Amino acid sequence: MTLLEIHKLYKTFDTAKGKVHALHDINFQCKKGEFITIIGPSGCGKSTLLKAIAGLDSTYKGNIYLDGSEVKAPSIDKGFIFQEPRLFPWMTVEKNIAADLPINKVEIKKEVERLIQLIRLDGFGTSYPKELSGGMAQRVAIARALLRNPKVLLLDEPFGALDAFTRSHMQEVLLEIWQENRTTMLFVTHDIDEAIYLANKVIIMSAKPGSISDIITVDLPFPRKRSSSSFQEIRHIILNKFEKVDELELINSAGI
Amino acid sequence: MSKREEVMLPINLNTNRFLNFSPIKKYEKFMRFLRGIRLPIIILLGWELSGYLGFVSETLLPRPTTVFQKFIELSISGELLQHFLISLRRSLSGFFVGGFIALVAGDLVGFFSKAEQSLDPTVQMIRTIPTLAVLPLFILWFGFGEFSKTLLIAKASFFPIYVNTFLGIRGVDSKLLDVAKVLEFSKWKQITKLIIPSAMPNILLGIRLSLGAAWVALVGAELMGSSEGVGYMIVDARTFSQTSVIFVGIIIFALFGKITDSLIRYFEKRLLKWRDNFQG
Repeated sequence: MTLLEIHKLYKTFDTAKGKVHALHDINFQCKKGEFITIIGPSGCGKSTLLKAIAGLDSTYKGNIYLDGSEVKAPSIDKGFIFQEPRLFPWMTVEKNIAADLPINKVEIKKEVERLIQLIRLDGFGTSYPKELSGGMAQRVAIARALLRNPKVLLLDEPFGALDAFTRSHMQEVLLEIWQENRTTMLFVTHDIDEAIYLANKVIIMSAKPGSISDIITVDLPFPRKRSSSSFQEIRHIILNKFEKVDELELINSAGI
Repeated sequence: MSKREEVMLPINLNTNRFLNFSPIKKYEKFMRFLRGIRLPIIILLGWELSGYLGFVSETLLPRPTTVFQKFIELSISGELLQHFLISLRRSLSGFFVGGFIALVAGDLVGFFSKAEQSLDPTVQMIRTIPTLAVLPLFILWFGFGEFSKTLLIAKASFFPIYVNTFLGIRGVDSKLLDVAKVLEFSKWKQITKLIIPSAMPNILLGIRLSLGAAWVALVGAELMGSSEGVGYMIVDARTFSQTSVIFVGIIIFALFGKITDSLIRYFEKRLLKWRDNFQG
């Protein structure tokens, strides 16, 4: 069942150097419960695409449908995880997760507690963000989005600022959340390993113009091993695609 | 399961912040107090000694012990308390009037750019006029009564709160505003959960500065024309060359100023414990 449909999406920026085609004819569909990663070089428009889906940016041409209705503005249907945790520094962890919802309501308090356990932060409910590490804070941000039961969770390079160990730990946690909650995930990254490790489908984007160059299905069983030969095979396929893309880019920029 | 525990380890190391180091904390607190009190004690000792040895005349600079004697004397007669209460009432009423209007105006200007465009230029112009320069005008218009004094103090305490409330509201992180949008905060929740907490450090700073300004304006008002209050007590003592009474008045101002400031700082600490700043 299709949950998210992107149909003929175009977006151009006007800059001093002229028009930049940030998104060019983007089409794809996402099924309910799927984990899709979007990967590409910087400037390929992957974050722009995610912001458009979130409704944070509506200056595009084309259509985005979520669960049959068109996306026009931000809403809690589309949970959004930014590159930084963006917690409210004056609220404790549990209040950050509840945010505008009343934490003293029993069912909300219960759900917040369940999420704190899910993100493995038991005992930190009354801590302030300044007492958390970067990975912990990002997990709180994920819990905050999950509390609203989003139809899709949009993640914009959420682990980009974390060190390698914390990052792989966070990937475990995210997979665990996905397996338990069955939340549909759309995850932007520039890390090939991360893209393959998490996804059912990897969307490869290329720059100038920002467009989808390939969609690769990853049907390895979970838990995945990065060192396994099947994992490496997919990695090679994706790397090959990138090399092709780079050549094309060279040709484009040379004006041939 | 063992794998999960391995991953948990680096996080659990953080919990040692829950350990209690209270004896060290107490010692540190005492040392901090000692560092603060050192300079005043040295000054007082030097002062007393120079008076005692006859370096300066007692009428110009009475010794601390003389001033303290006078302080006790005035306290027992009840004169001091009476003057102090009148000054306190004046400064607080002026502060509350000015501060309240400033909070409302600062919020208006902060939230609505149209209000800013039509109100702020005028307010900024009035702000540059020294309070003491308009005092003669107030006396001419409203006489020597309480009204002109309250008005003067209100004017002085208006600006710090106004400027800082405005700054605080405009200083809200646009990244957090994006979060509020994504989480579909209502307008009301945006104000109560995001803008006000974020502006709170500035608002409290404004209140602190404003209390100081109210105190200065009070002295100005009482020195110019009044028949009671700590300021009057000082002027009256000057005409009779009772220098020690002047000192008692000054000490009252200093003490009370410090107490109100500490009170605000206490609230700052409690309300803003979430802040993660350089502690020195």
